[in-house]
Amino acid sequence: MTRFSKADALHLGILAMLVIAFFVLPTYHVGAVSRIMVLAVYAIGLNLLFGYTGLLSLGHAMFFAAGMYGFGLAIKFMAAPVLLAFVLALIAAAALSLVVGLLALRTAGVAFMIVTLMFAQTAYLVVLYFGEFTRGDEGFVLQQAERLLLGFDVTSETGRYFVAFSVFAICFLGFARLVQTPFGKRLIAIRENEERARMLGYDVGRYKLLALIVSGTISGCAGALYALLFGYVGATFASVQYSILPLLWVLLGGAGTTIGPLIGVMFMFYLIDASSAYTNSYMLIAGLVLVLLTMFAPKGIAGILRLRVMPWLP
Amino acid sequence: MPKTENGKTQISRRGALLGLGASAGAMAATGVLPGSLGFAQAQSSAPIRIGFQKHATGIGAAYGRWYDATTTAAVKRINDAGGINGRPVEVITEDDGTDPSRGAEVLEKFANQHECDVAFGTLFSHVVIGSAPRAGELKLPYFVVSEGHHVASGMLNRYTLQPGITDVKSQVISMAPFVADNLGKKVTMIFPDFAFGHDHRDFFSEAIEAQGGEVVAKIAIPPTETTFTRYFPSIPRETEVIYHVMVGPAVLTFVKELGEFFGPNRPELFGFIDSLEAVDINSTGLEFLDGTYFWEGMPRYAQANQTDAEKAYRAAVGVDDNGASLDDPADVATYAHMFGCWETLNIIKRGMESADYQGPQDRTKLIEAVEAMSDMPESEDHPQGAKRFNGKTHQTFGSQYISKVTDGKLVVEHVASIEDGLYEDEVDYTTQAF
Amino acid sequence: MDFGPHLMLATLEGAVIAAILVLTAMGLSIVFGVMRVVNVAHGEFYMLGAVLAWFVTSFLGGHPAIGFVAAILIAPLLVGLIAAAADQLVLKHIDYDPDRTIVGTIGILFIIQQTTLMTFGPEARPVAAPFNQRLALPWFEFTDNGFEMFWPWGLSITSYKLFVIAAALTVLVALWLFLTRTRIGLIMRATQQDSETAQAFGVPVGLVYSCVFGLGAALAALGAVLVVPIQQAHYLMGADPLLLSFIVVIIGGLGSLPGTVIAAILIGMSDGIISVFFSPTLAKIIATFLVAMVLVFRPQGLLGRTST
Repeated sequence: MTRFSKADALHLGILAMLVIAFFVLPTYHVGAVSRIMVLAVYAIGLNLLFGYTGLLSLGHAMFFAAGMYGFGLAIKFMAAPVLLAFVLALIAAAALSLVVGLLALRTAGVAFMIVTLMFAQTAYLVVLYFGEFTRGDEGFVLQQAERLLLGFDVTSETGRYFVAFSVFAICFLGFARLVQTPFGKRLIAIRENEERARMLGYDVGRYKLLALIVSGTISGCAGALYALLFGYVGATFASVQYSILPLLWVLLGGAGTTIGPLIGVMFMFYLIDASSAYTNSYMLIAGLVLVLLTMFAPKGIAGILRLRVMPWLP
Repeated sequence: MPKTENGKTQISRRGALLGLGASAGAMAATGVLPGSLGFAQAQSSAPIRIGFQKHATGIGAAYGRWYDATTTAAVKRINDAGGINGRPVEVITEDDGTDPSRGAEVLEKFANQHECDVAFGTLFSHVVIGSAPRAGELKLPYFVVSEGHHVASGMLNRYTLQPGITDVKSQVISMAPFVADNLGKKVTMIFPDFAFGHDHRDFFSEAIEAQGGEVVAKIAIPPTETTFTRYFPSIPRETEVIYHVMVGPAVLTFVKELGEFFGPNRPELFGFIDSLEAVDINSTGLEFLDGTYFWEGMPRYAQANQTDAEKAYRAAVGVDDNGASLDDPADVATYAHMFGCWETLNIIKRGMESADYQGPQDRTKLIEAVEAMSDMPESEDHPQGAKRFNGKTHQTFGSQYISKVTDGKLVVEHVASIEDGLYEDEVDYTTQAF
Repeated sequence: MDFGPHLMLATLEGAVIAAILVLTAMGLSIVFGVMRVVNVAHGEFYMLGAVLAWFVTSFLGGHPAIGFVAAILIAPLLVGLIAAAADQLVLKHIDYDPDRTIVGTIGILFIIQQTTLMTFGPEARPVAAPFNQRLALPWFEFTDNGFEMFWPWGLSITSYKLFVIAAALTVLVALWLFLTRTRIGLIMRATQQDSETAQAFGVPVGLVYSCVFGLGAALAALGAVLVVPIQQAHYLMGADPLLLSFIVVIIGGLGSLPGTVIAAILIGMSDGIISVFFSPTLAKIIATFLVAMVLVFRPQGLLGRTST
């Protein structure tokens, strides 16, 4: 039981720190942390599939975009209220994950990477092809008046922060719970040894499909949340770059840990933000840090913590 | 490569900061203002801070470098003439990576971290559209130099303005009469398959029909494409004019392959110089362009009838008569667009002066002052030519140039007037609350 | 244009794309096959090849052919050395762990890209082709007057594009001879099949890995030198070749060099040929989707063995 409560305390502690952060941080950083929490939700989505199930997707941007466009188009063309649009976004992401899962899960390993990559590329081109509705690469804006959540203004610093916080908290805690359930443990078993899991009588295919659907839906949730809080929907978020970024965040933060995604996003954001204050060639610094980090912190930041300080880290 | 990207931008950022710090210090020391006001004086002589959203990395980097050079030159000129309301101007440069998400973050940095008075500068439409909602929420005036139709279409908000450069809709409309009268009535359009290309397709098709012409084929090229020959067979034989607006690094390939496709018998060609900004028109492979026509926002090559204002501007931004850097003749400027930075900064200055701008509390007064502007005569503040600003749509209108490639130079053949590019208002931002 | 000549034009253009792709993908395939790592920086080695070609040709001046020949010798060699150094400095120390290699090579990608931006600049820069004649092509058709030859409007290719196809074939043959007929090739193949046993037999696996990594990068750079007179050197040009060669390697079947060749031709050509039938973006969508479906129904790739 101590193991369990320690982890629980850590998760609640992190959430408490995020609440305190709102009151102590300067305005700019409050905005930055709002964005970090949204992107961390995206990273949590990928972490479930990659970190826990061992399936490396290089196409998660399509799920993020499905949520983003599901939400944005519902508001733009159906004038849907925010909550309904959000539900539609989740349905869109879940449906896409289901279809992609049924096809892509026929493959494994590197073939799975490539299939997801190419499906995502297809999705990106579809967004451009239907430019009449999506405005292609340029994207479109959701007006402030269209972004009222049950009459609550999410475009103020406070509103944005706490909406981001609430969704993050639900995903973060839900995810921490999920990986403790038998379902989560079976996913880890599949990651560790798929053959063995199959021999033990688990329907490996079904678990993988479920993991992909949950993962894709969480990513879509992040996409919808981004559109809601920042008022912009654009094809950039469907591009390959936004499939690679969450992978980088998860690997940096620590794949297969509950706190890794948040740490990874925060680390990468502030690495670029801080180094760009000193030099224009901040990408050079970011590149060097990535190389050094992978050389000296093999399992990501949370992986180091687990190794050195907190062996109980979930 | 004697001049590196890094060297240049670092000099501009640090140089601007140091120089401005020094000049602010000098002003305080020499007592430009009476010394008896104490704190109030110290506050009012603090620099006006303009956040410059720069495409330093990513696909827009070639533009970013020249937008930076123009901005630095314009700010130097403003400061040499006493600054704005007696205060020096300081430019804070942040890289937006030509990415809409980072663009929005950079605006937050300007508003909340650097405490800028206004934000300014960006070109790529997706960065503008991604950033504009945040500008509205942060109540930070956001002056864009993008030539997109996003401002005038009503998609953005009252805090976003485009007073320094004509938008694509106006540019395209004003080209149609010349194309129909001089080049041909049957037009094939080749454009990138994204919003910028679609704007060209829609606005030009309508405009050429009004001139009695028609678009016989519309060929949309996927933006990820790097080779083009296989799309050219779709050009109908009856085509009299090819209208092309490709952008991005693959543009040279496009032109080269078009030349190889047609060989000696080509139809007339009309293109937007956006394709060849920062590219020497005499590069290998571009021989095919000889005798073809281009839209230019501002003539790259110094013309025979060059005005004094244009001459002064060209010298100030460090560009020679061929549109290349004074230091390196191979380093070609983005001359058809970058004047927008110069003119926008001068409009910010005039707006702040007429609003008696003191600080962020006066931001709405600044916007109202700019909205009140209308005709601006050609001058050193407006070297590209006269402008007519529409305060309701937040969009400016100016003359457009059509140049012909003649002996390896772009020679202006026709100047479209402001009236040629006017269209009905699609929005009235002045009715929106701040 | 009529259907027949259009299809022929698209096929020829597809062949040029395939020729470049086959070299780039071959580089990735060898690295992937021997070292089992995903090299995300592969596209940047390609870009470096193009950029170095520009530096070499503009430094030498004179007739374009002089610069081109120099570039084709110097650029791949330099890029190969840079890659081998990266292998020694970074990849060796992370034990070629798959996940860590992804992060590490993304880091290398950032470093190469930013360094190029700082030295070469953000512009697209052309390199002159050593020779470039437009060759109009004939077409044959049965008409009322019997079998006739005519010269369709627009049906042409350039001598340089034909040279690219020939050069790619030559390099492929040389590579095949190198891998099958030389001692170093044998050592590489032995390492690929079983690195532990190879080590036991005294093969310096670490050195082999560096050579392989360098060779892979050099092949990418060679493809880039060939392409740069057609396209231009630009600091962001690496992304597309990376994705395409990655796709080619997997579709071909991991570690199967013939499979890589077949997949490169398939993907290079399909892109061109499908574009004859559909509007350009739709054609791209269909081509991408179809290639993905090949993998869905044949996860091991075209010539791959079932156990991957």
